Formats: sequence, structure tokens, C-alpha cells
Amino acid sequence: MSVTKEVSKIKQTPQSDKIKQKPIVMYEDVHKSFGDVEVLKGINLQIKPGEKLALIGPSGSGKTTIIRMLMTLEEPTEGNIIVGDNNLWKVKKDGEFKRANEKHLRKVRGEIGMVFQHFNLFPHMTILQNCMTGPVQVKKESKASARERSIQMLEKVGLGDKLDNYPNQLSGGQKQRVAMARALVMRPRIMLFDEVTSALDPELVGEVLEVIRDIAQDGEMAMVLVTHEMDFAQEIADRIVFLEDGVIAEEGTPTEVLEQSTNERLQSFLHRFRSSNGN
Amino acid sequence: MEIFPVLLKGINVTLIVLVLSAILAYLIAFIAGFGRLSNVWIIRKFTGFYIEIFRGTSLIVQLFWFFYAIPMLFNVNLGNELMAGVLAISLNYGAYMSEIVRGSIIAVDKGQTEAAIALNMTRFQRMRYVILPQAVRMMLPEFGNYLIQILKATSLVSLIGMTDILYHGNILRSTNLAMAPTIYLLILVFYFILALPLIFLTRKMESISKKGVAQS
Ligand SMILES: Nc1ncnc2c1ncn2[C@@H]1O[C@H](COP(=O)(O)OP(=O)(O)O)[C@@H](O)[C@H]1O
Ligand SMILES: [Mg+2]
Repeated sequence: MSVTKEVSKIKQTPQSDKIKQKPIVMYEDVHKSFGDVEVLKGINLQIKPGEKLALIGPSGSGKTTIIRMLMTLEEPTEGNIIVGDNNLWKVKKDGEFKRANEKHLRKVRGEIGMVFQHFNLFPHMTILQNCMTGPVQVKKESKASARERSIQMLEKVGLGDKLDNYPNQLSGGQKQRVAMARALVMRPRIMLFDEVTSALDPELVGEVLEVIRDIAQDGEMAMVLVTHEMDFAQEIADRIVFLEDGVIAEEGTPTEVLEQSTNERLQSFLHRFRSSNGN
Repeated sequence: MEIFPVLLKGINVTLIVLVLSAILAYLIAFIAGFGRLSNVWIIRKFTGFYIEIFRGTSLIVQLFWFFYAIPMLFNVNLGNELMAGVLAISLNYGAYMSEIVRGSIIAVDKGQTEAAIALNMTRFQRMRYVILPQAVRMMLPEFGNYLIQILKATSLVSLIGMTDILYHGNILRSTNLAMAPTIYLLILVFYFILALPLIFLTRKMESISKKGVAQS
């Protein structure tokens, strides 16, 4: 692995600027259990506006669950997730915190977008319709404007010639690029990526990473990437969080985490990981 | 031979019962299908109760209930035999088809709902634009099959005195028993000819549904 990549080219704002800003997302002692099994055991994590965060760790360590809770797809069993000025899963009523209702969730999750491992495109809609439906239905944008922005976005991800195709007519890499365009036209302030390349044939991974790199360069959107692409994480992340067994075991800049850490579990994870990937 | 024109007189009754029952049955299927998926406990239980009652008892008895028993017991007037016939058939088949509605909605991949949530759609929008269009494609072939079954079930209304194809056939036979084989053969042919377009429609629905829901 190349140790001294020129990381700074990608990152628009230096780390020091971001640290001063108020976090856009805060996890405060967040726990999550499925039945009797506690899969997250007290997560404390902050994400700054525009920050690119990579979440790494062994399979089953809880990475997906962390971001699914932020997308409101799983509810934490304990703790708080603060998005901007709002407590995501709780509303204060008569001085007491109550479980958030759908209306509250809708208000807060408008800031957040997500790209899934298995794309989850809408199979009954064309590529263009997949992108337009969010702006038109949810943001009540005019069809003309939604159409124009969707086409622009699809061109940006290199699919300007596939507008009227259906998802099942595309390759995996193309589908994932549509999924990114669909999320991006909603202009989220935080975008979540859940192992977006791991369902792809190896030769299609590059084109998807290329698009993410491109999005990252645009700058102002915060990104959380759950990924097994270590080189890529090192290249675009401001910060890497290593999750092990439901707790954050190590956290820092890519250099700190991937090269300087003495955490044994992290070492053995990276070692296993690199040897199984042949690099 | 005068059998043919006599049977022909019954065709419009058969068709009216078929069309009204089918429309009402589909409507009931959706209402009860959604009812079974409701967040509200009492609605779920109530629709579950309705479905079990109508699937667990025979259509012909239900028909007699609507025509003879209910008007007497509760002193309600269901209008005429057409009303009773259509109600019994559509409530019966609506109960069966509600399970198709419910099953198809549940069968849509969970990732679809999650993607719709990620776009911040409302519950209604998720159902209307994402789940239902895919679920309906799954329902179509089964709906077609049930349409043919409803056609066959319409012949029961002759038992409450409606003058459908079978009714006219029965009258003919009672005046001339020797013709019975010919009469009932012709009746079979009549129903089969009516079913043909429905069979064709079902095939068409199957091919639509195959095209529609290839995985994303
Ligand atoms: N819906 C669920 N029901 C039960 N267990 C779950 C569910 N989702 C995840 N888990 C469990 O939680 C743990 C963490 O899962 P996940 O967050 O997907 O890990 P990762 O993404 O790091 O592989 C795993 O052991 C997984 O089996
Ligand atoms: Mg995962």
C-alpha cells in the first residue's frame, strides 16, 4: 500500500477548519440491540459539515447499523442522535422526550441521503424517473426543473445516454451510479454510502469509486462511507473510524489509523484484510 | 332447434352479474388487503374475521343467507336478487383476493421501502409510487384466474331465481327431459366461450407482470 498518497489535493477544506465548526451529526452513547443481542455498545461520534468519514471494521461489527439509524431505518435502543438542532429519534413534549413520530422523522431526514449496497432502484421506473420522483413528489419541484436537474446529474455520473432505460437493462456499476444520482438530486447535507461497491463485479468497482471521488471533490456535502476499499478510504477520507464488535476501537486521520495505530485488533484486521485482498 | 336462442337470453344476466361482482370483488380485495396490513389493531382483527368467515363457509350458503336469511333476520331489504347475488359473490371472492393483495404488497422487496424512505417520501407516497405499482404487477395473473372463477360462480345465481344461462337451461330441461344432454353440453360451451377472452386476458396479464418486476 502506498503510504504517502497526495491526500491534500482531494480535500478542499483543511482538517483544522472543519474542527472548529459545529457538528452536523452527533451520536451520543448510542446503543442498539436486536432482540437480546447488543450490536452497538455505546457509540460516540461526531460528523462535521462537509466532512468525509470512512467507517471500517470486520463484517458484523455494526457499521451498517450505525448509518441505518441515521437514515431512520433502525431505531436506537438507547442514546441520542442529533442532526443539526434536532434530536433525530426523540421529540420534546411537555418537558419529556418522547419517541419521534413520522412527521418529525420526515422533517429531520430531509438532510440525509443514502446509497445502498444492493442499489434498491425502483424497477418499474426508468432511470430518469428514478431520479425525478424524489424532487417531484417529496420536494414538490416542478417537473421541468426536476427533469433538467436529473438529466444533469445523470450526465455527471456518465449515464446521460440511458435516461429512458429501465434498471434491469443496466450493469451493476451503472445501477449504482444511478442510485447515486437519485440521492444527489435531493441535495442532502449528509450522504451515507453502505459498501456501495461490494455487490459489484471487480471490473465495475472503479467507475463507481470514480463518481464518489468526484462527489467528494465538490466539497460541501458530508459523507459517511462504510467501505472495505482501504486505499480509497485513505485517499478521500478526512477521518477513519474503526469499529470492532459494536464499539469504536480506533479513530483518527487516515495516516493515524491505517499506519500509526498500535491498536492490536486494528492491526490484525488490516493484516487479515490486506492478505485476503492480495495487496 | 330452439335451445340456442333460449340460452342466449340468459347471457346478459350472466354478464351483468360477472361484471358487477368482479368490480366489487376487486374493490373489496384492496380494502380488505390494506385492512389486514393496517397499523390499527381493531381494523386488522375485523378484516381478518371477515376473511375467515367468507373463506370458511360455502358460497352457495352465503348466497342463500343474503337472499333469504338476512332480509328476514334483520329486516333489511337488500333490494333484489341481483343485489344479493352480487354481494355474496363479491364478498366471497373479495375475501380470497384480499390475501393476494396483502401477499403481493408484503412481497415487494424491503429495500424498495428503504430507498423510498431515504428519499424522504411520506407513507402514502411510498405506497402509491413505489410499492403498489410493483405489487399490482404481481397481483395481475392471480386476479385473472379469479375472474374466470367468478364467471363460473355466477351460475349459482340461478338458484335464487335469476334468469341467467343456467336458469334458462334448467327450465328447458324441465319441459323436455330428453334434451338434457344437449342442453347441458351447450351450456358448457356457452361458459367456455365466455371464459375464452378471460383466459386470454390472464395470459396477457402474466406476460405484463413478468416484464414489470425484474430485480432492480
Ligand atoms: N435486522 C436485524 N435483525 C437482527 N440482527 C441484525 C439485524 N441487522 C443486523 N443485525 C446483526 O447486527 C450485527 C451488526 O450488523 P451490521 O451493522 O450489518 O454489521 P456490518 O455492516 O458491520 O457488517 C450483525 O451481527 C448482524 O447479524
Ligand atoms: Mg454492512
